[in-house]
Amino acid sequence: MSVRVSSRSGQLQAAPANGGDRPVIEVSGLAKRYGEVEAVRGIDLAVRAGETFGFLGPNGAGKTTTIKILCTLANATSGTATVAGYDTATQRDAVRRNIGLVFQDTTLDGYLTAEQNLRFHAELYGVPKDAVQPRMRQVLDMVGLWDRKDSLVSTYSGGMQRRLEIARGLLHAPHVLFLDEPTVGLDPQTRSSIWAYINELKGREDITIFLTTHYMDEAEHCDRIAIIDHGKIVAIDTPEALKASIGKDRVQIHTADDEAAIAALTGTFGIEAAVHEGAVTFSVDSGEQFVPRLFAELGVPIRSVSVSRPSLDDVFMSYTGKTIRDAEASGTDAMRQMARLRGRR
Amino acid sequence: MVTDTLTPTAESAIVESIRVAVPRRGLRHDLRAVSVVWRRELIRFRTDRLRAVTALVQPVLFLFILGTGLGSLAGRGMPPGLDFKTFIYPGVLAMSVLFTAIFSAGSIVWDREFGFLREILVAPVSRASIVIGKCLGGATIATFQGIIFLALAGFAHVPYNPVLLVTLVGELLLLSFTLTAFGVMLAARITQFQAFMAVTQMLVMPLFFLSGALYPLSGLPSWLTVLTRIDPLTYVVGPMRDAVFSHLNIAPVEQHLLAPGLDWAGWPVPQWLSLGIVAAMGMTMMAIAIAQFRKTE
Repeated sequence: MSVRVSSRSGQLQAAPANGGDRPVIEVSGLAKRYGEVEAVRGIDLAVRAGETFGFLGPNGAGKTTTIKILCTLANATSGTATVAGYDTATQRDAVRRNIGLVFQDTTLDGYLTAEQNLRFHAELYGVPKDAVQPRMRQVLDMVGLWDRKDSLVSTYSGGMQRRLEIARGLLHAPHVLFLDEPTVGLDPQTRSSIWAYINELKGREDITIFLTTHYMDEAEHCDRIAIIDHGKIVAIDTPEALKASIGKDRVQIHTADDEAAIAALTGTFGIEAAVHEGAVTFSVDSGEQFVPRLFAELGVPIRSVSVSRPSLDDVFMSYTGKTIRDAEASGTDAMRQMARLRGRR
Repeated sequence: MVTDTLTPTAESAIVESIRVAVPRRGLRHDLRAVSVVWRRELIRFRTDRLRAVTALVQPVLFLFILGTGLGSLAGRGMPPGLDFKTFIYPGVLAMSVLFTAIFSAGSIVWDREFGFLREILVAPVSRASIVIGKCLGGATIATFQGIIFLALAGFAHVPYNPVLLVTLVGELLLLSFTLTAFGVMLAARITQFQAFMAVTQMLVMPLFFLSGALYPLSGLPSWLTVLTRIDPLTYVVGPMRDAVFSHLNIAPVEQHLLAPGLDWAGWPVPQWLSLGIVAAMGMTMMAIAIAQFRKTE
């Protein structure tokens, strides 16, 4: 089936999202300050058309603030951002016409049916009347909710609500879809189903996806990722390239005496080690060959050992000096501080 | 409840996605946005019957309990054959829309954090259309609320005269609009729901008591006279009482005593001006609310 809904008149024509090779999202020197708190401190990035771009970082790292600026919901303190070729500060309306946004917490109306939610959305975006029904069917089919369109949203499970929000974000065929933590608060099975739908969507729609996550395993679904920590981007590349840049295997050991083990690793092997998540953690070039030497020469009893290939966790650790879970703990404080500041205004 | 399936539906083999061109903003588009916000408000009112019932409790208490109780005392000053309940009915009718109108704006505070308002703020619609839709929506549901109470007019010996009913509904609509605009203006500034409730609770009762809903506005001490003339509710309760009394069978002298009409230091305020003041206040507060909503974080 190929339905093309032509514009009612020339002025309805949406602007081309990307003239030539111009990036769909272009950010330079972007910073945002809430009182004393610097939520975002000077980030630069460019997202190409058709890319799925992930923004990876702990809570409070500045991900949501960046999305808010890109979606015209907040003003940057300094720097510029363009989305679909339009400036987010001076051409808000044009940006809004070209983006879809799925929020972290639900913005659906529980006392309306799925269809009513979508129809209100279509009206707000001025989707031509004759396009609403076929397009609604298309996006609801895509997330597997067409059969449930007449149910009240309040009867939906958390995963279904998230899928419906994704469908709603796509209804007006935006050039860029922003997903703010699309799987947060969902169980692992539902999370992977959401990803199945997002991957499906990439194949079907001519769309650029910008998403934030603090789940390392989910960042693997992205074409490229930016690692953000304390409001700054510390690395941008494909997941493979980032992992290759680390190059080393990660070894974690549980010992009788962690401090002695760390000292022995430095003394005997010249390796920097630290305790992360309750285990002595360090990186070596080839883990499997190193383990026998470790047992022979460390001199501290070892209770267990694990060797893993580089993961995005390791990438995060090598760029920020901590695991994302460690960062999460300190990030929560920053968030609280920000929440307090917002409440005071 | 249907569980989440792991595989996306395969049968929908739509290769090409449907193209939708989102139009540039224009007046028609903004009017449609006003209508979306307004209709959503009506649907919410319809699905929340409990709210409609609970909002009726307070005015019913005032009319029947306070009206009957105080009537045994205040009734002595009333002309023979005139019930005290009839006297306070217009004021209590105004009260029946007071809470609904102001609190309907409270959902803005709630919505901004959690819901629909955030989705509408990122849509290509003007901030003005959101505020206007909200004010009209609140005004409509509050007027419905008032109409429910209007059905009880007979118990206060107010006649069901068509002209009177139409007049009262029109005045309720105006009052509801201004009160909603007032609530929206507050909600635009306040980001916490509890704070909004506290502020409005604090303001609602003085608005009601100073409006002359429970006593005539003539012969008051001068400090109270001044306060009553500041209260916007006064400028609706006055005309509503005039309307009710002009449809009762009582002597002009007594009518003048109980419903003397509004005056500013002896100058009688004409009814059109009285209602015009209320409309102007509503428009001003709505304009302030729009300006508030235009600001970006």
